[in-house]
Amino acid sequence: MNERVLHLRQQSLDAKPWVSIERAALLTEFYRSSKEPSVPVQRAEALKYLMGHKTIWIGDGELIVGERGPAPKGTPTFPEICCHSMDDFDVLDQREKISYRVDEEARKTQQEQVIPYWHGRSMRDLIFREMTPAWKDAYEAGMFTEFMEQRAPGHTALGDVIYRMGLVDLKAKIEQSLKRLDYCSDSEAYDKEQELKAMSIAADALIIFARRHAEKAEQLAESKSDPARKAELLKIADVCRRVPAHAPRDFWEALQAYWFVHLGVVTELNTWDSFSPGRLDQHLAPFYGKGLADGTLSPETAKELLECLWVKFNNQPAPPKVGVTAAESGTYTDFCNINNGGLKADGSDGVNDVTYLILDVVDEMHLLQPSSNIQLSKKSPDRFLKRALEIVREGWGQPSIFNADTVVEELMRQGKLLADARCGGTSGCVETGAFGKEAYILTGYFNLPKVLEITLNNGVDPRTEKRIGIETGDPRDFSSFDELRDAFRAQLHHFIEVKIRGNNVIERLYAEQLPAPFLSLLINDCIARGKDYNNGGPRYNSTYIMGVGPGSCTDSLAAIKWHVFDRGDIPMPELLEALSRNFEDHEKTRLLLWNKSPKYGNDDEYADSVLQWVFDAFYDDVNERPNTKGGQYRVNYLSTTCHVYFGSMTGATPDGRRAWEPLSDGISPVQGADRFGPTAVIKSAARMDHVKTGGTLLNQKFTPQLLEGEEGLDKLAHLVRSYFKLDGHHIQFNVVTAATLREAQANPEKYRDLIVRVAGYSDYFCDLTKALQDEIIARTEHAAFAPALTATQIS
Amino acid sequence: MEIASAGVTRTADRTQLDPNVKGLIFDVMRFSLHDGPGIRTTVFLKGCPLGCWWCHNPEGLASEPEVVYVEERCVRTGECVAACPHHAITWHDGPFRDASICQKCGTCAAACPTGATQMIGRWVTVQQLMDELSRDLVFFDESGGGATFSGGEPLLQSQFLEAMLDACRARRIHTVVETCGVVARETLLRLSRKIDLFLYDVKLMDSKKHRTYTGAANGNILQNLRALARVHANIIVRMPVIPGINDDAENAEQLARFLKSSGISRLDLLPYHPSGGDKYGRLHRVYRLSGLKPPPSEQMQIMAERFQRDGLAVRVGG
Repeated sequence: MNERVLHLRQQSLDAKPWVSIERAALLTEFYRSSKEPSVPVQRAEALKYLMGHKTIWIGDGELIVGERGPAPKGTPTFPEICCHSMDDFDVLDQREKISYRVDEEARKTQQEQVIPYWHGRSMRDLIFREMTPAWKDAYEAGMFTEFMEQRAPGHTALGDVIYRMGLVDLKAKIEQSLKRLDYCSDSEAYDKEQELKAMSIAADALIIFARRHAEKAEQLAESKSDPARKAELLKIADVCRRVPAHAPRDFWEALQAYWFVHLGVVTELNTWDSFSPGRLDQHLAPFYGKGLADGTLSPETAKELLECLWVKFNNQPAPPKVGVTAAESGTYTDFCNINNGGLKADGSDGVNDVTYLILDVVDEMHLLQPSSNIQLSKKSPDRFLKRALEIVREGWGQPSIFNADTVVEELMRQGKLLADARCGGTSGCVETGAFGKEAYILTGYFNLPKVLEITLNNGVDPRTEKRIGIETGDPRDFSSFDELRDAFRAQLHHFIEVKIRGNNVIERLYAEQLPAPFLSLLINDCIARGKDYNNGGPRYNSTYIMGVGPGSCTDSLAAIKWHVFDRGDIPMPELLEALSRNFEDHEKTRLLLWNKSPKYGNDDEYADSVLQWVFDAFYDDVNERPNTKGGQYRVNYLSTTCHVYFGSMTGATPDGRRAWEPLSDGISPVQGADRFGPTAVIKSAARMDHVKTGGTLLNQKFTPQLLEGEEGLDKLAHLVRSYFKLDGHHIQFNVVTAATLREAQANPEKYRDLIVRVAGYSDYFCDLTKALQDEIIARTEHAAFAPALTATQIS
Repeated sequence: MEIASAGVTRTADRTQLDPNVKGLIFDVMRFSLHDGPGIRTTVFLKGCPLGCWWCHNPEGLASEPEVVYVEERCVRTGECVAACPHHAITWHDGPFRDASICQKCGTCAAACPTGATQMIGRWVTVQQLMDELSRDLVFFDESGGGATFSGGEPLLQSQFLEAMLDACRARRIHTVVETCGVVARETLLRLSRKIDLFLYDVKLMDSKKHRTYTGAANGNILQNLRALARVHANIIVRMPVIPGINDDAENAEQLARFLKSSGISRLDLLPYHPSGGDKYGRLHRVYRLSGLKPPPSEQMQIMAERFQRDGLAVRVGG
């Protein structure tokens, strides 16, 4: 990277996240005097007010401009969704990990202006008011989490619209839609009118925001004596006057257009997973090709511009989270994820020159944000995979690797058009979506092992001794494993219903109270339908529940089947007693459960068939249920950091896990339970029908020695290709030694730069909680030579 | 597993069907990356005619199952004592197994909750082992890998090995055999037609020293290798480099000369590693190289270059 990028990158790394009160203050000011005729128009006017009044930042040396806050790492709050209490601010300011500095001014404004207006009015207040006691019980027990209690639905990636059309063009489309409204026979015509008008105002908001940057750049240019910087600032002004109002004409404008649109989405609401450009390499390829051909661009300048964009992503920490939401997703990462490779709409290989350029940028920048991934199809060249694996081998967790062919199949299975599926990909951690056309909303993690715990206690949560489930019988009376499974399925059904009832209320609350007219502009077919992103406007509308701990749940069920029902060496009363006492005075039982039970992750038919059963039970109960937006419920399997939180809420489990320890992550085997190497893990993981999901997450950790040389790279590539032949959705690698991690834990100051793959994203190891650090250390290391004498033969 | 059909000789077919043809193995290691091309599954056959001082798989030496005790894993539940049907185990601040009473039935290992007491070695039929190998077919296909038979000395169980090689052929699974070369020449040459690649150990050129450090002279080993090289094109010779034992210039000189005159062009140099040392105590064996350090990588490099000057394709580590 050149001097400019080096400087900008360092600045971004050095800046500490802080709470900016500017947005909250402006928003409150706006709402106090707002008299709009409808909620959508009010939301759009609010965005216009924000974009017209927020501080404009253009830093020294920047080429791509715009910040969400008043300066890098300044992180706004969203009181209309979650109005932080003064205690929340103290927690944010003082907590050891993922803290945000809160200054006196922010405190004062929050206390005197923000809280008095938003207390009781925020979405969070509304949600908790509307939920049933059964929902609250389950939520408080750690049965599931609720994504939308502090953050708005987002979970989507952009298609190619902004590279073809400017906001002015989109406004013209809105006018056409308005003209088509039929007030006589369409009962929703007025609602649509308000929504469309809102979209048009939201477009203006961004045009104003861009113009303010142009003006600022011109002012700065006047004051600069350095002619080079002066010229750059005038060029920036030029770009900002063009985009996003009009379609970009070159590479620079394309990047700036995306960045403004990105800021629009994440300022309008604090959307989950921030926002993502989707298939960036494909969107940029025409601009890149044209620039090289007409001599206005070189690979070096293209890379420099991309790197300037990368710094922008890294400047925006996730909005500050508190409570359960902070626990389930404890990171500064806001999950923007850049897709590379994959397929084109016509089904041909999507890898192009920009793909490799972006991989070079990822390699050089070495930043937490944006996250990056490759979409590997059977048509993708090996050199593409190996270039990505070269970066993976450096051991900081990026890029992650997705199976583009399976992603297409997943989308097709859900009934999407072929071209839409091929233009889709994965965003957030591992979530499959039709980019630019789908709202694929993650609603919360679901604790599968907790369902078993409740089943084993006949509906009672042993942690609180509160009855939160239904009565499915005393397991001591069960005469077969089938009876236990039936009871498990009944409890599962109960909690899924509780969760979904809540979801369906929350979906309506967002649809009615917090529409997102700006995001709606960008996602097909919101304009054509005259409907909001949060109200069924997109072409596709999916609602996800994420299964957590399939590994722990499988191993627990398999251990019961094996020891209680098949062999009879641990009777049910003894097992329940051991669990209730967290194995105190029952260590022998725990060791048997831990060491001498069939375990998922070992290509073991006994355990893996239980996994399939768990998978089917969850899938059958959730899949195809209608949501409130004309779409369906789906399942996927990722845990972010929620397996640690859920573990902290779940007592001892029959797989030999002690109470409060983390559950298995993603679809990975229980930490340390896989004892036959990565091929066995892959075979087991492939027993799950990935095509029926909207994403699964498989973590593998490798020691660097294993991957040395070209041969090591080849073998890793073979491993990935094999998993994908078996329809695996995603795999990611941590290439570090446990010794290194322990060292980092003991001497964090020496390892501040150590980035590890946590789940669907990477994080600074030293920013993780001790529990999460321990969990990552515990994840199985696959050494090439496991000493024969220490491999325990099970069963 | 369904019975392999295409391309199997009648003899092999019969052998595969014959559940009496069994092999004694002590490990099946999947995702094995350093025993031949691609991603492989390595089968360790138990029993070896040599007893090299540096052997890092001492559990492969004896041709019968063994009970081992890994003290670090023991949590002292005493389950083994209670479980033994022959009353061979008594408790003396830990399990003491009387080898004269022990029937090696494995009951104690099955009862141990931690795997501190383990059975090393299990008898498998061809079909059972093929089932295990077939688990990673997708990886073999993708990577050009296959099955590697190691040990111990796999050719010591030649009937079982031959049946396995036939079964692998029938399934088009690439085969590698790692051998120390101590085997009847006729057997070696007969089986060689069914083996895709040999990894052939040559430890020491001086026969007297060879006897000292491995327990046998090397004449037969070298003659077998020369004979094999005449009929088989895919041989990689492997030399473990043991400081102070075979890392001298004289040995290298003789080896290079021998390989050239035999028409062998590929050599792997495997630096000594003490990682196998702690297994000896568990097997009631004495490790005679305690304290020996691995050869420095510069030394390995110099040695590799020395062989390269003789036109050999040399890899360090193999």
